[in-house]
Amino acid sequence: MLPPIFGVLFDGLAYGMLLFLLSVGLTVTLGMMNFVNLAHCAFAMLGGFVTVALTQEFDWPFLATLPAAFIVTALVSVLFERVLYRRLYRASDLDQCLLTIGIAFMSIATAAYYFGTTPQPLDVPDYLRGSFDFMGLNIGNYRLFLVVTGLVTTVVLVAALEYTRFGARVRAAVDNQRMARGLGINVDGAFALTFALGSGLAGLGGALAIEIVGLDHWFAFTYLVFVLIVVSVGGLGSIIGSFVAAIMIGVTDVAGKYYVPELGAFLIYLVMLAVLMTRPQGLFGKR
Amino acid sequence: MNAPALATRMLEKSFGSLVVARDIEIELPAGVRYALIGPNGAGKTTLINLITGMLAPDAGRIFLGSEDITALEPQERVRRGLARTFQINTLFAGLSALEAVTLAVNERRGISGEFWRNLSVHRESIDEAYDILAKLRLGDECYQPTRELPYGRQRLLEIALALATRPKVLLLDEPAAGVPHEESGEIFEAVAGLSGDLTLLFIEHDMNVVFRFASRIIVMVGGKIFAQGTPEEIAADPGVQEVYLGKRKHV
Amino acid sequence: MAAITHTADAPQRYLAAQTRWSHLETAFWLATLLPFVLFPSYLQLAHQVAVTALFVLSLDLILGYAGIVSLGHAAFFGLGAYATGIASVYGWGEPISGLFIGAVVAALVGYASSFVIARFRHLTLIMITLGLGLLLHEVANKAHWLTGGSDGLQGMNIWPIFGVYDFGLWGYTAYTYSLIVLFIFFLMARRLIHSPFGLALRGIRENDLRMPAIGAPSRAHIRKIYTISAFMAGIAGAVTAQATGTVALDSLGFEHSADALIMLVLGGAGRLYGGLIGAAVFLVARDQFSDINPQYWYFWIGLLLIAVVIFLPNGILGGLSKLTARWRRS
Repeated sequence: MLPPIFGVLFDGLAYGMLLFLLSVGLTVTLGMMNFVNLAHCAFAMLGGFVTVALTQEFDWPFLATLPAAFIVTALVSVLFERVLYRRLYRASDLDQCLLTIGIAFMSIATAAYYFGTTPQPLDVPDYLRGSFDFMGLNIGNYRLFLVVTGLVTTVVLVAALEYTRFGARVRAAVDNQRMARGLGINVDGAFALTFALGSGLAGLGGALAIEIVGLDHWFAFTYLVFVLIVVSVGGLGSIIGSFVAAIMIGVTDVAGKYYVPELGAFLIYLVMLAVLMTRPQGLFGKR
Repeated sequence: MNAPALATRMLEKSFGSLVVARDIEIELPAGVRYALIGPNGAGKTTLINLITGMLAPDAGRIFLGSEDITALEPQERVRRGLARTFQINTLFAGLSALEAVTLAVNERRGISGEFWRNLSVHRESIDEAYDILAKLRLGDECYQPTRELPYGRQRLLEIALALATRPKVLLLDEPAAGVPHEESGEIFEAVAGLSGDLTLLFIEHDMNVVFRFASRIIVMVGGKIFAQGTPEEIAADPGVQEVYLGKRKHV
Repeated sequence: MAAITHTADAPQRYLAAQTRWSHLETAFWLATLLPFVLFPSYLQLAHQVAVTALFVLSLDLILGYAGIVSLGHAAFFGLGAYATGIASVYGWGEPISGLFIGAVVAALVGYASSFVIARFRHLTLIMITLGLGLLLHEVANKAHWLTGGSDGLQGMNIWPIFGVYDFGLWGYTAYTYSLIVLFIFFLMARRLIHSPFGLALRGIRENDLRMPAIGAPSRAHIRKIYTISAFMAGIAGAVTAQATGTVALDSLGFEHSADALIMLVLGGAGRLYGGLIGAAVFLVARDQFSDINPQYWYFWIGLLLIAVVIFLPNGILGGLSKLTARWRRS
């Protein structure tokens, strides 16, 4: 019989995996191009709504909607990158913030217009519902699914980054953009592809989030704060960093709400401030 | 005891396995003009960054006069009389030259924190700023935003800003960098016209300039001091010639 | 361009001329009196504009002049509001001194946090300001025995100004009060901008790297302006609390900080009047659109933000000054 803390840790791990999927795209694009994309969670929200629309309107099975959420979000993000984002790669932090906040605002209004303002319903297949008993703990099926998906994605990402040529180019560009260009690496092209992949992953995260945290038109901002916390605590440009930070934040949040509910979201903000003040580049970021 | 105007002892700095400064020992007596030369990547600008405090050394000490300034912040070193210019123009693009130099003078005079009186009340600062600019022939253009000044003029403004701090030691990082040859003479005239009390260390690639202005030359290669001496000694040194002709890249 | 012939005091006169009070400015302040005459039913809105303008002006001091991007400035507004409000709940309701109670509390917190703020730049700085703001919001939420939590502060009792003027329902007193407060602090801000300290702030904004190289203690300068800005935001919050008779939890919230940022950029940062213009345009537009579904509001604001960033990067005032420059050249 395992003590209940392990149950809390597992739930925190699951939540952390979700945060990781939502954040990994942002940390890589921030690290690569220093572009502050505050519309990142709007893309996540898009993925969520794709899943909702496909399951509700077209009766698609849940699992089949996941790749669709990924692909649709990736394609839409490419559109935004071509039309709007590339004009501002050399703009100030403030301008980038404001442009992307503007996009996020518009996405919220659009979501409310088409889907209303109440939380979205979702029919998850039976085998993902419910829970099973493991050494005295109540393990949720869906949460296990999340953890597995998250781990698989992490492995694939890290492998791609370490062992493919594309990954090598991305790592070079994150490390030193000017040098990478000087070496003939097509940084803009690599960035466009990375941006699409990162947004696609966010879309996937959004789709997976519905069952755990719910989806409504305000999702783009609600989770933006957490994603920003994960990214800045983990360190810009570091996948491992956002993995570790996401788990940390996930566990802290769940454990905090379980053991000290009066504190609320307090704990996470404190953790973030503590990390940033002692190590402003984040846990795994470069100076 | 007359301490040198600027001295470093066993200065060292590495970035991981890349050594950018090793065993740097220099001594500048007051009033001299020293040139710092060496191939690209030798660590000359890094040395200036170490001396001014923009970069923290791994080991070693830096002395301004008899005072150990190794632990001081960059602005503290400026206040004690150590100024530098940047190789790439690092100016206040939206401020006019007059405003920029006035700012520097205000900081030196310690009145930059004053927020209840109009800037134009401080006649002394403004006049001093204008004088510095006029001496560098920037007087007519001092009312325009810096970004509108031609490149060569901006390089002069770099020097003006440094002079406004009334330095005892001035480090010039390639003062004529990027300036077309016809215009660079103006910059060196300005340098030549600087007070004889000022101790100067300038990084330069043009050997004509070096031999014309410097009383002593320091040669850096690969983060180390390769040779030091009078211009004649350096010119005659076969090792230096090899370094410059590319036969020897390291020591 | 004709060369400026040099006389001994030309440089000084040039700098003095930059700071002279222009006719446009006089016209602007006279126009602020119009609502009394032309739009008497809109005095509450005018009051809201005046108070928000002061708040956005305080943000301009750190953003437009020192380059600090803050996503949590509403914290100081809220601190000022709560300090004044709570003081009145516990028995001290005198308005003028109440203003200073609010402002001093906000300034103290601003001073403390400025030690952290001044050490960082870019995303880290943005995140820290956001984090501090969210933290304070959570604290205010949880401490509902003191703040009333999400229900808002109850039991405030503000005494009439000078013992005579009551904050009635029509906004007459409110607008007069907030307009006078705005004008006084505007004058102070204007003085600061045109002082040697203002020049130093512009130096930090223009090129922070050069500042230590001319002997400038940037961090000390930043701490100073951050504290002053917090003081001013606290005043704005205090006025709101006094005129409204309550303090809402939202006044500390992220949306309030974001709104201020939007208004400032809309009007044009670093131009002293940008915040005032931006606040006026934003709030009047929101009032006119308030009957429409709030979601539409977010759509249009989002679109406006994108348009401003791409086409009008220096806000309304920036666009206007470009137009006048072009007109003058032709």
